Amino acid sequence: MEIIVVGLNHKTAPIEIRECLAFPDERIEEALGQVKSLASVKENMILSTCNRVEIYAVARVPEKAVADLKHFLSDYHRLPLKEFERSLYAQSGEEAVRHVFRVASSLDSMVVGEPQISGQIKSAYEVSTQANTSGLVLHRLLHRAFHVAKRVRTETQIGNSPVSVSSVAVDLAKKIFETLEEKTVLLIGAGEMCELAAQHLVAGGVRKVLVSNRTYDRAAGLAHQFKGEAIPFEEMSVGLRRADIVISATESPQYLIEHEQVAKVMKDRKQKPIFFIDIADPRDIEPKVEDIENVYLYNIDDLQRVTDENIRDREKEAKKAESIVQDEVVKFVNWYRSLDITPTIVALRKKFEDIRKKELEKTFAIHPNLSEKERKSLEALTSSIINKILHDPVTFMKRADEEMMTDLYIDTLRTLFQLPSDEGEGSSGKGEEKPEDEKKEERVTPNDLA
Amino acid sequence: MNVFFFKLAFLFYFLAALVYLGYIVFFKDSLNRTGTAIVTAGFVSHCLALLTRYVEAGHTPVTNLYESLSFFAWMIVGILLVNQWKYKIRALGAFLAPIALTLMLFALALPKEIVPLAPVLKSFWHPFHVFFAFLGNAIFTVAFCCGVMYLVQENQLKSKKIGAITKRLPSLKVLDDMNYHALKFGFPLLTLGIITGAIWGEYAWGRYWGWDPKETWSLITWLFYAALLHQRLTVGWRGRKAAIMAIVGFLAVLFTFLGVNLLLPGLHTYVNW
Repeated sequence: MEIIVVGLNHKTAPIEIRECLAFPDERIEEALGQVKSLASVKENMILSTCNRVEIYAVARVPEKAVADLKHFLSDYHRLPLKEFERSLYAQSGEEAVRHVFRVASSLDSMVVGEPQISGQIKSAYEVSTQANTSGLVLHRLLHRAFHVAKRVRTETQIGNSPVSVSSVAVDLAKKIFETLEEKTVLLIGAGEMCELAAQHLVAGGVRKVLVSNRTYDRAAGLAHQFKGEAIPFEEMSVGLRRADIVISATESPQYLIEHEQVAKVMKDRKQKPIFFIDIADPRDIEPKVEDIENVYLYNIDDLQRVTDENIRDREKEAKKAESIVQDEVVKFVNWYRSLDITPTIVALRKKFEDIRKKELEKTFAIHPNLSEKERKSLEALTSSIINKILHDPVTFMKRADEEMMTDLYIDTLRTLFQLPSDEGEGSSGKGEEKPEDEKKEERVTPNDLA
Repeated sequence: MNVFFFKLAFLFYFLAALVYLGYIVFFKDSLNRTGTAIVTAGFVSHCLALLTRYVEAGHTPVTNLYESLSFFAWMIVGILLVNQWKYKIRALGAFLAPIALTLMLFALALPKEIVPLAPVLKSFWHPFHVFFAFLGNAIFTVAFCCGVMYLVQENQLKSKKIGAITKRLPSLKVLDDMNYHALKFGFPLLTLGIITGAIWGEYAWGRYWGWDPKETWSLITWLFYAALLHQRLTVGWRGRKAAIMAIVGFLAVLFTFLGVNLLLPGLHTYVNW
């Protein structure tokens, strides 16, 4: 029995293939059911986002299950396997656990540290519980994955600084104005760049959009799109007086906004701060403008540099996150390995044997004048009782093992008898750490087995 | 008893200052909360110190330099607590707690015995004068801290060094608003402090104003803040200029409070410290 991951992501597959293999939300339950009907698969869940399609499964026979899942993807999406097999990855055991933890804590994302993935993986897991395709092992795996994601979020700064040029610009605006709400933005130029920037700012809460362009009609068109206002190119100063944020992206060969003009405008504005973002090449705004008080000027290179620094910071934080993941993988694998039958039976026997010896010693201490023969027969009696008691459960477990149904029984047995796992860490100890998880697992799993 | 509580408060402020500085370094919200919890404990202890001293002395304990410093620190911590609940400028703790601690440390070195009240200080108006003046001063201390933060943050943004410091300090808007806010509250309080002081002067020495160094310097401070308020309202002085003014104004406040007592002899010089 092994945890496996089969899937592809933005690194291994181009968007065309990811699109073909994606599972629409409304059809996931059905797909989960189909995977469950495969003989080689015991538990499964499907994570399908625009950057990845992955199946997490607990397999009875790992190699067989991997092959089955690949064929399932091909059959389900009616796409010949050879067209996408090169993009697929398959992992099992410890590697699979690490993969799930890394995905959940956004270390495997296109933009490392982006927050959406944790919500996506949560809902994918919920769908699988509803469809009854996740069982004891996946429950524990996913709950641990959420725990890892939370640790990464709180113990590192991974998601703290923006890593795209537009979000850096918004972040800077917030460092100047605190909030974008009730702010006015002036767009100079009516091209695609301006449109994109305006979309970003409006989403961030900007109240009013002014547009100024050499061709007035195009300005009016873009202004209309944002329910804003067009300003004639010659009256740019009017716009500068009203705006808090100015974004310029024209193809003008010379400066459109000059030092003298801004200095004058600032007086009219009663020194209200203004934030210029010059994304044009060549530049539209005279660099000297930034020497004026309460004026902030960033050009595209400045924004790019800040973005690059943030990306470097995030990579540093990602290293810390990887060691948290490693830590948790080890813990999880310890628990998971303890689900093997042989060490469990050994541990159970040892526990009984220890109790027997201790109790015998007590008895011998109370009755020191027992004869050697009497002692022998007491030993034999107690041994025999233990063997008789253990006979049925052990036989049952061995039979269950042949049918690949043991994980629930083993986990229960270890919890009931408080058996330590091989690594000396109590397997049930983790149950104490997260009692709710434990209960949930026990509640859901019997349905799964039925 | 009062000295015990005073020392206890000092200890709490010391710990709080460390924790707040830790917050700035490690940028963990839990540290900010811990700092506030500790500073609250210190404030309660400080309240008890003032109360017990009031009972033991039989008059409001603001009659010598030790008592004044302690009172000033108490007001600053009070305002820090108001900030933590209402304005939530998180970086402020790392500034105000060490300032309060420094005042306390200074006070700790001074004689703490309760001495009989000098006749001129036996006045209905004297406690009011001290209360208004110090509350105003404490608010100007906040303006000073925000001014320093503003200059640092503005420098980061202008020089395009966006990183750890930018992240830890509030936005320019918040800092500038706080500067204005402090001016709006601090200036009337300073005015009240001077007026009540003048009335007390009339009772104590038979004149409202006598160009004593303390009086002269508080007038200079008052004129300075009046000018800042005026420029702010009419010409739109804000941001950098206002921040620098808040810093210079605070230096004037400090000189009026301490410099005059220590360097220029006059009626406010406490003979008994």
